[in-house]
Amino acid sequence: MRKVIYIGLVIALCWFAADCARAAELHLPQNAVAGQPLSIGTGGSGTLYLVGPGQVIKKEFKSGGNVEIKGEELRSAGRWIAVVRGDTNQSQVFWVKPGKPGKLNFLARPSRVPVARPNVISGVTFVFDQYQNLILDPMPVNFNLSVGGATGSMKTVSSRAGVAWISSPSAPKAGAAQFVATVGDTSVTRVVQQVAADPCERSFHMHVAGHAGNRTVVETDPIRDCSGNPVPDGTIVTFIQTDKTGKSTVDARIKKGTARAELPASENATITVAAGVVLGNELHVGGRQ
Amino acid sequence: MGRILAIIFAVLTVGLIAVGTVHGSRNARASSPEGAVQSLFGDAKAHDWQGAYSYVAASSNVDQGGFVRDLAGRNGSLRTYSQLDSVNTRVLHESENEATVRTEIKYATAVGASFETRDLKVVKDDGAWKVQWPAEKEVNVPPQVIPVNYLRWDIVWRGPGDDWGAQNVENPNCRILSMHAVERDGALIIMGEVVNEDTVPAFITVGAVLTDNNGKDVAEESSFDKLSHVLLPKEVSPYRIDFPGIKKADVKAVRMTHNWMLVPASADPVIAVLHQRIEKDLTGRTVLKGELFNESGQTVNIPHVLATFYDNGGQVIWVSDAYSDHALLPQTPQPFSVALRDDLAANVHTYRVTVNHYSLNNREN
Repeated sequence: MRKVIYIGLVIALCWFAADCARAAELHLPQNAVAGQPLSIGTGGSGTLYLVGPGQVIKKEFKSGGNVEIKGEELRSAGRWIAVVRGDTNQSQVFWVKPGKPGKLNFLARPSRVPVARPNVISGVTFVFDQYQNLILDPMPVNFNLSVGGATGSMKTVSSRAGVAWISSPSAPKAGAAQFVATVGDTSVTRVVQQVAADPCERSFHMHVAGHAGNRTVVETDPIRDCSGNPVPDGTIVTFIQTDKTGKSTVDARIKKGTARAELPASENATITVAAGVVLGNELHVGGRQ
Repeated sequence: MGRILAIIFAVLTVGLIAVGTVHGSRNARASSPEGAVQSLFGDAKAHDWQGAYSYVAASSNVDQGGFVRDLAGRNGSLRTYSQLDSVNTRVLHESENEATVRTEIKYATAVGASFETRDLKVVKDDGAWKVQWPAEKEVNVPPQVIPVNYLRWDIVWRGPGDDWGAQNVENPNCRILSMHAVERDGALIIMGEVVNEDTVPAFITVGAVLTDNNGKDVAEESSFDKLSHVLLPKEVSPYRIDFPGIKKADVKAVRMTHNWMLVPASADPVIAVLHQRIEKDLTGRTVLKGELFNESGQTVNIPHVLATFYDNGGQVIWVSDAYSDHALLPQTPQPFSVALRDDLAANVHTYRVTVNHYSLNNREN
């Protein structure tokens, strides 16, 4: 009889120990990903707290089973702590990785740049998932720089620690360059204005375009830089007429590629034209026509 | 009670008639040419235009409206924002029936004092001296259409919805081309030129900080109206910064400060500066004279002329400015005059004139 009682006690003790062990079970996945659902195995009943970077999730559970965490609940990547309070108290650390690329932050500098300059445009991309977690694993980032629909320069760079960058020359063609960074199906566009350089002295010419009343109208040919790009509208072009009555000047603006000025008609005058430090041709006019 | 009131009103009426008679007689006659000019401007200063006009000789052939517009300004010009401050007169020539009075008129304006010198002819008219007012010819621009290829720059700034990587449009690249410090009349003057090297318009400010021999900042000042604040692409502006009461010997270093900002702007109007020449004015001072010609179709209410003077080495030796108190009507020449220091006139090898413009109906200016 004593033996039977002893065996019964041993069985009861083992039963209790097994029950306790089951209550302490906390099964955490090894590859949790932000934005994806998560299932955490528990035993017994109690409350599960998940404490992550800038975020806390609280779940009640009963009689074992799994606790389901929805994808939109698990937003932050990084180090998390799972804490169980209930039949037993327990905590465990697990890691959540960023999801797939969903957002790019793209810094393109400068916003305006002269044409045909080497390594003058820089682009820096930070790769994030849809919940703004920086993706530290290497990701291929494609950079494309094109002007006016023409095929431009394209380069693929692998990100390091979440960052990918390139430096690029400006194109020889002026215009608003589309600078696009792409990762997967996510892309961001920036505009880099590529502007013409100073007027080219070889092609900087003016001529008498006519007469309006007692004024002589002078106009330049289309003003271009030495690469053939039109100098931007609005650039100041100074016409200077010198005759016996003194000096007359007009600070004209380039409009639609040319600059135009009205100067007083003169019997004998010299007209010069300049834009910045670049001088154009010189005209001698001999009176009203 | 009724009788007392009647007496009071009768006395009041007689008194007012007497005051009116006395006032009328004061306006009517001036006993000297200088007195006529002083009385005219005295009434004008008090905005008694009718009284002032009573000193204008009938032979002037100017109506009261035109006379008032001559003195009070027209077309939203700087004169319309001015107040007649003081008048100094001096008789240059006087005979029995005719005299010439040099009149130096000082106006107080929002941008400082404005001076005008006129040699007024005064004639004896019916026993009293009256001013032969030189009527300013009012220009009427004939109705017409002036085509303007309107060019302006608008800016799309970054918005609140943009992510932190979205770059804003960058401020323009401007550069101080030269800086030159001189001491004139007990003031240290910093002057030079600044250029907008970019392809977009810039709003610029230029200042200077003076450091003494102990390395301590002693003065800070910026250029207010000796500078074109809005510079279009490739445009060059002079600047001048005055430090009154500071000697050059007390200054060890000058630290230039500047700020370039991208602003929306318009490329119009285009103002030509015609027939520029350096000569002497009525008072014998050296001035740079010429004519402004507004080639566009919009009225420029307040033209502001900036002149840069260079020596034969191309160095800026003086920067001077002047506001015209007449509006600049389209297609209409308007004379201007900018003072040049007499002691520098001989050193001036060349000069450059630029025009700032302020228009009431143009928010970009």
